[in-house]
Amino acid sequence: MDNALGTSPDDVQFRFRDDEVADHAAVTVDACCDQTNATAVRIEPGDDARVLLPFLDRLALVEINFPSFGDGRGYSSARILREAGFTGELRAVGDVGVDQLSHMRRCGFDAFAPDKPLNEEDAARAFAMWENVYQRAVDGRRTIPQIRHGDRA
Amino acid sequence: MYKYDSYDQEMVDARVEEFRDQARRRLEGSLSEDEFKPLRLMNGLYLQLHAYMLRVAIPYGTLNSEQMTALGDIADKYDRGYGHFTTRQNLQYNWIKLEDTADILADLAKVEMHAIQTSGNCIRNISSDHFAGAAHDELVDPRPYAELMRQWSSFHPEFTYLPRKFKICVIASEKDRAAMRLHDIGVQIVKNEAGELGARFYAGGGMGRTPMIAPMIRDFVPLDQLITYAEACLRVYNRYGRRDNKYKARIKILVHELGRDEYVRQVEEEFAHMLEQGVEPPREELERIKPFFADPAFEDGPKTLDRSDPDFALWVDRNTNRHKHDSYVSAVISLKPVGGIPGDATGDQMRLMARLAKQYSFDELRIMHTQNVVLPHVKISDLHALWTELEAAGLGSPNMDSIEDMIACPGLDYCALANARSIPLAQRISERFNASGKTEKLGELKLKISGCINACGHHHAGHIGILGVDKKGLENYQLSLGGSEAEDTSLAKITGPGFTEDGVIEAVDKVTDVYLAEREGEERFLDTYRRIGMAPFKEALYG
Repeated sequence: MDNALGTSPDDVQFRFRDDEVADHAAVTVDACCDQTNATAVRIEPGDDARVLLPFLDRLALVEINFPSFGDGRGYSSARILREAGFTGELRAVGDVGVDQLSHMRRCGFDAFAPDKPLNEEDAARAFAMWENVYQRAVDGRRTIPQIRHGDRA
Repeated sequence: MYKYDSYDQEMVDARVEEFRDQARRRLEGSLSEDEFKPLRLMNGLYLQLHAYMLRVAIPYGTLNSEQMTALGDIADKYDRGYGHFTTRQNLQYNWIKLEDTADILADLAKVEMHAIQTSGNCIRNISSDHFAGAAHDELVDPRPYAELMRQWSSFHPEFTYLPRKFKICVIASEKDRAAMRLHDIGVQIVKNEAGELGARFYAGGGMGRTPMIAPMIRDFVPLDQLITYAEACLRVYNRYGRRDNKYKARIKILVHELGRDEYVRQVEEEFAHMLEQGVEPPREELERIKPFFADPAFEDGPKTLDRSDPDFALWVDRNTNRHKHDSYVSAVISLKPVGGIPGDATGDQMRLMARLAKQYSFDELRIMHTQNVVLPHVKISDLHALWTELEAAGLGSPNMDSIEDMIACPGLDYCALANARSIPLAQRISERFNASGKTEKLGELKLKISGCINACGHHHAGHIGILGVDKKGLENYQLSLGGSEAEDTSLAKITGPGFTEDGVIEAVDKVTDVYLAEREGEERFLDTYRRIGMAPFKEALYG
């Protein structure tokens, strides 16, 4: 189905999952709450990710749109979904640049469909940028304070 | 003071290499200026009127001799031999070449310094009381808490693209020397009735074009929930702060539009949720940090001094602050020589201050938000020797908190945003009041000058504030009275129509005459203004 809203699997440049790429047309957050069969949804910056929490079980893909990389609301949306236990694909789409990749990963994104394809080498470097991190996020990494004090992960 | 471990160092080193690569791509042309701009801003590199400006972070305003020496060396090697200390306790270099920037960052990294998050819409360098760890009136040293927040806020994955910049201040005394309530978040370390330490939070303060005083949003956050609560405050702001208009994007507008109570409700809800997420660093981390800020080995010594030299006595009275150990004081090195540029120091002066800190102050210096430098722990018996050296280097001006100790932003001489010049005005006012001897008569009088509505010169918080505006292509200056950045925080009110450069200097003279004629007892200018109100001042100015 031709749908202007969602990205297609072909648009996904980086993916950190082993399951099949979800190939569903994403619907808006409002539509998702009304349609009991929707399995893919797209969150825009102004949407409240928390309204999706009752439907997480049936969602295979959540796309979070970044119309402009400087609008960082999508980072909170992503983290909120992961904090609520969402395990499906979380795809960053739109104005996603090399320099946003590492933070997006930390906030729970595991697929990336940038408007402009990124240089693979630059992206690989960006994903590997931080050997260690200060804050607890939703990527399960042990933080520097935890390592300093021998905490478990 | 805090010392990096291998993890802290690795973070800073990684950032230098990343920036070196970005600068290379820009110089080769594979990155456009538009693409490069957000990257350089994350590293404190601005493009100003005449050149690149690099802003170096000085966390909570504390640095050691080695770091101050490095700052002086960088000024000589890469700039024009000087740097400018800012109202955020940072240092700015004004004449930087893009091709040198990565090397400068590498030089900084060698002494555990950086320019990370000194610009951009992220959590900026955390500021604090410049007398922290030395002041007689503090509850505890606020810097361990500031350092905990520094680490938490560095490269925060969720809060790097906030609606707007975000400034946090941490203090731990009732006396506010850091303009705490004029920050996006102000934290005051307090004790509750059970005698436990905790954090009192204020949110939504700021200056700029819409100045606001932060309301208190939580009386007491237990210390083992400090980071979690801050995270909740930031998440609500990141999600709901306005992004449609850059001038309404600071958290103060969100708190104002939602109302303090509704903002608090949302934060509390998020806080309850975050507590379950386990984002707080292990409690041991704070305990690890604290010993870095332990008292140096103070020794008992003379508690009085020879005041026979009146110049020295004046400097002691003006420029020293009572220390928690009675054989010591904190000594303020004025960067406001008469007719000088407020906050500027040469490379030689920086190296001299570094040496004096090593010799007289346990290797420590502080930067004040009023653009001066502090040697926090000086033996009373060393004061004369210290003052003698400062005098010889042009650093002995006895003018702390006087009208000569004004804050001034770089203004139209440097800044791409400015509407008017600040520096020449500051120079002329200090020359005039010094020459007439009026400075001394006026006592504490905080004058603050901003060259545009962004208020980097804190004019809203000045006992006397001056704001430079553009009036049909001409520089024009608005005068305001009655502001304070201290614990009695207030916002200054505009007197009326603006003035020319000459006119505003006359106007400052007139309002100080009103004060001298009206003051009662030990009243400061601010106290008199608060008692008698604006009318007599207006009458003198426009009557």
